Amino acid sequence: MNVDQPAVAVADEIELVGIEKRFQTADGVVHAVATTNINVRQREFVVLLGPSGCGKTTILRMIAGLLQPSAGEVRVARRNLWNGGQRDKVALQELGIVFQEANLFPWFSIEDNVALPLKLRGVGRRERLEKARALCDLVAIKGFEKRWPRELSGGMRQRAAIARALSYDPEILLMDEPFGALDAMTRDTMNLEIQRIWMSQKSTVVFVTHSIGEAVFLADRIILLSPRPGRISSVTEVSFPRPRQMAIQTMPEFQAIVRTLREQLEAMG
Amino acid sequence: MNFVRRHMTWFTTPALIFVFLVAWDLYCRWSGIHPFIVPRPGDVVMQYGKLLQLKSLWNHTYITVYETLVGFFFACIIGIGGGALLGKIQWLEETLRPFVIATQVIPKIALVSLFILWFGFGSEPKILVSTILAFFPILTNTLLGVKSVDLGHKDVMKSLNASRWQTFSLLELRSALPAIIAGLEVGIVLAYIGAIVGEFAGGTQGLGYLTLEYQNQLNAPGLFGILIQLTLIGFVLYLAIIVIRRALIPWHESVLVERPQPLA
Ligand SMILES: Nc1ncnc2c1ncn2[C@@H]1O[C@H](COP(=O)(O)OP(=O)(O)O)[C@@H](O)[C@H]1O
Ligand SMILES: [Mg+2]
Repeated sequence: MNVDQPAVAVADEIELVGIEKRFQTADGVVHAVATTNINVRQREFVVLLGPSGCGKTTILRMIAGLLQPSAGEVRVARRNLWNGGQRDKVALQELGIVFQEANLFPWFSIEDNVALPLKLRGVGRRERLEKARALCDLVAIKGFEKRWPRELSGGMRQRAAIARALSYDPEILLMDEPFGALDAMTRDTMNLEIQRIWMSQKSTVVFVTHSIGEAVFLADRIILLSPRPGRISSVTEVSFPRPRQMAIQTMPEFQAIVRTLREQLEAMG
Repeated sequence: MNFVRRHMTWFTTPALIFVFLVAWDLYCRWSGIHPFIVPRPGDVVMQYGKLLQLKSLWNHTYITVYETLVGFFFACIIGIGGGALLGKIQWLEETLRPFVIATQVIPKIALVSLFILWFGFGSEPKILVSTILAFFPILTNTLLGVKSVDLGHKDVMKSLNASRWQTFSLLELRSALPAIIAGLEVGIVLAYIGAIVGEFAGGTQGLGYLTLEYQNQLNAPGLFGILIQLTLIGFVLYLAIIVIRRALIPWHESVLVERPQPLA
């Protein structure tokens, strides 16, 4: 039976309801993120784009449960992330995070790093390593499972970090400029890879970058942020069919979106 | 080229020792210094050979090594346990800091007499001195190591909702290990010195005591012989820590023979 399913109203995967963040510092309060609402649908690829210091990391860390908002609600996988000062365990299990630095533990081999989240969950060693090997295959670092992290290049370490974030099959993948430290060519490759992985995992992605090209290439929807305090400046739907090839970057439609975003960014000063 | 670099010390160390011995011997011959003050290297080696025949030398060596290792063991427990605790609990560190520093600024040699008064002429006071001398570098290194955990690594554990114990055992302790082992390297040497200093102060056993005995007999070649024995034992103790380092932190730069080339 191959009948098209009717569109069912599914609650959004991530809901940021009036979130705001102020940091208390030695010389006063920093208003990092102004009252903001963001919704991310299931399996959507959302990119947060904006100049340095506009609060992208702060927003992502609030979704990740690493920062508590000063005001507002964070709902992840249809659950309140914060209950008082406590984070919701079930919601946390649906979040996989990739940071700008790979943050692999140098004292674990690659496979032990990838399997770390499973170890924390009490999964047995054999099962853990089986899963780690499958993931190393998925992110194309097969054959490097037994190496120390420092023996791998930056791009490969970041692949391992992605594998680690995927190891417990989270519904949501959060990435904070994951390829920011890589050279341009490796970066293009990694963007193709992340598209492939996202399509095979059927997960929801929130991806932070300050590269316009990267944003347009990857996103279903680009949320442009303006700084001090961070707030939504514009939302752009990007509807190129998938899987996208690097070549779409030369298409006039692609370049038109890039140009519009660049003008908006420049207008921020 | 790489091979030569890596194995260079196998040639340079014996060569330098040889040069040193030749210089020593020439000095003795040409300066006409009395062999009682500075014996010639050949005589010292012979004397050391004779010393090795003595059964009592090995008893004394055993005692000193025993005191060193027991003292070091307690120093490890206090140093690593205390360091980890103080590193995790800020107010405790601030409260205890003056007292920890006090144990270090007291001239510890002066404590020896007190310990002998308390514990007699057996091994206990020596072990105590050894511990007091050795625990400090282990404690400060552990403290520093536990406190300087990478913030990105902490974020990983936090985002994975790791328990306090998991974070401690899988992250903080392991990330502190290189610093702890650096503390152990200094600690074992100090534990050894502590034991010998303790033996100087009283008792009838150990290489420290034997040194004193030979001094009273004005036995210069014997003293040189003991010096060789002391040095060799010191090397063995230190090497043991190096072996432990290789076993515990094979991933660390300090253990690498050569820098790996990043792959691909
Ligand atoms: N822990 C903090 N304490 C004080 N100010 C902070 C803190 N984290 C971020 N900020 C400030 O909040 C603003 C947004 O930072 P961030 O979210 O890191 O920006 P982005 O990731 O877009 O570059 C910046 O002005 C930054 O200085
Ligand atoms: Mg940032």
